[in-house]
Amino acid sequence: MAIVAQHTKFSKVAWPVLAWAVGLLFFFPIFFMVMTSFKTDADAVKPEFLFRFTPTLENYTNMTNNYDYWRFATNSVITSVTATLFTLFVAVPCAYAMAFNPSRGTKDILMWMLSTKMLPAAAVLYPMIFMAKSLGIYDTKFLIVMVLSLINLPIAVWMLFTYFKDIPKDIIEAGQMDGLNTWGEVREILIPLAWGGIASTALLVFIFCWNEAYWTVRLTTIDAATLSKLIEGNRAPEGLFFGRLSAVSTAAVGPIVVLGWFCQKQLVQGLTFGAVK
Amino acid sequence: MGRIVLQKVSKKFGEIEVIPPLDLTIEDGEFAVFVGPSGCGKSTLLRLIAGLEDNTSGDIIIDGNTVTQVPPSKRGLAMVFQSYALYPHMTVRKNIGFPLRMEKMDQAEIDAKVNTAATSLNLTDYLDRKPGQLSGGQRQRVAIGRAIVREPLAFLFDEPLSNLDAALRVGMRMEILELHNKLKTTMIYVTHDQVEAMTMADKIVVLQAGVIEQVGSPLELYRAPRNLFVAGFIGSPKMNLITGPLAAKYGATTIGIRPEHIDVVASGGTWEGTVSVSEHLGSDTFLHVKVAGFEQVLTVRSIGDIAVKHGDKVSLSPRLGELHKFGADGLRIG
Repeated sequence: MAIVAQHTKFSKVAWPVLAWAVGLLFFFPIFFMVMTSFKTDADAVKPEFLFRFTPTLENYTNMTNNYDYWRFATNSVITSVTATLFTLFVAVPCAYAMAFNPSRGTKDILMWMLSTKMLPAAAVLYPMIFMAKSLGIYDTKFLIVMVLSLINLPIAVWMLFTYFKDIPKDIIEAGQMDGLNTWGEVREILIPLAWGGIASTALLVFIFCWNEAYWTVRLTTIDAATLSKLIEGNRAPEGLFFGRLSAVSTAAVGPIVVLGWFCQKQLVQGLTFGAVK
Repeated sequence: MGRIVLQKVSKKFGEIEVIPPLDLTIEDGEFAVFVGPSGCGKSTLLRLIAGLEDNTSGDIIIDGNTVTQVPPSKRGLAMVFQSYALYPHMTVRKNIGFPLRMEKMDQAEIDAKVNTAATSLNLTDYLDRKPGQLSGGQRQRVAIGRAIVREPLAFLFDEPLSNLDAALRVGMRMEILELHNKLKTTMIYVTHDQVEAMTMADKIVVLQAGVIEQVGSPLELYRAPRNLFVAGFIGSPKMNLITGPLAAKYGATTIGIRPEHIDVVASGGTWEGTVSVSEHLGSDTFLHVKVAGFEQVLTVRSIGDIAVKHGDKVSLSPRLGELHKFGADGLRIG
């Protein structure tokens, strides 16, 4: 008994300490970035100004005045939201079919979808650029929405499939007896019952879309450029301006950090595939 | 009305034939029970009638109409599931009224029907609760309520009492029977519990491996089981089945005698044995008796509490008029 009691006492102290340590470790770069964004470019590189400096908004005014931050931000919002909605529009019926009317190939299809995530993106980079250019959709929001949707579909289908699997088939069948057609089953039963799961899937897909850099940087120039492109474009021939770069980065990750903060619970649920109840 | 006819209905899952072609008629207003061990295809048969599974061949005729190609909701049937299958996100009121809403019935009419159903099922106090806030018995009553508001041609019950505790089960059994007496609607009830089958059914359909072993009233099955399977399945405790030279003496491969048809006598009975276990229930005493020359342990049911314990010698006298004889093919003789 004594050993158990000691053990519990130890865990009570050790786990929170460890959790905080890991948390701070991960948070530090973001904190550092935010802090740097309030320094002048000159201060940013000097070690003596690490914590003691005169804060300035110069980087932010510069960003909005010279770099057209709002245009990039608008593009990010439009493409991420549209891609998330489109992904769900395809993934919900798909996962529904797989969960409630599985065929012999369902498992294989799920594995195949996941396997597409294993393909190195660089392998298809040039074909994608050529195709986009020859179709005349290079640097359009349409292209970005399509790409974001397609790369996130596998994960969305997998997540929704796992949530839908938790809904007893009996309830769907009761709905059939009561006169629901397929769309009715989705509207009246599936969406209300899996609302939490659908919300966390949407949230996660949105975050992935917002954070996507590989494709958005390479498939856009100006018209469809997102915040990732803005950060990437802050390299100057003279070198890196850390203050400016930090401001741009802060403004790019800010919205998603705030969103993530408010939706912590759903996010954890989504990432653990519903294992945390 | 709710006359249900199955003609050469069969079901295959892939290459596996779970129900070979079978014929069955359930008359209008009848309370039919499908009974059999788990995996015998009784639930599948019910789901074929409901339309939740497509039959591989044959025809299902309800109320004179062939419904083989008709979707579940258009067959005029209502189903009560083992898991209740209530909509967890809707209140009791919404659950019961749901099929009527699907029929696009007028809201005032829905409310009236829901209230009538709730009153008859003692659910009026719970109408605004969600299923999660109800007990098992109440949930089952909501499921029944959802079925009765539709005024179906027939009710289908898929092991509706399996998730309830024993005391509640007996109560709900009575409620379902009263419902049947009141509505006089055809009911098909699936269970693996032969006591439920015996107490509720007008007609019992005994199934094994998708094949109908026997159809008849509870007492027909009890008195004249068609084969060894039905003999062993119907009746509790099970019928004693004896093979070997003793059966040959009666001109059969197997003889069967029910525990209640063996009397414990003071002396001079047909068989002499030793009690291995005695179960005293007060109203009855079940004796498990080892008889010399029998491979099987005989089960004997005596009315009342008789003073017999482990190791006692008893003399047994079977009522020969109640003896069942079966041939080598397992079928009843005579």
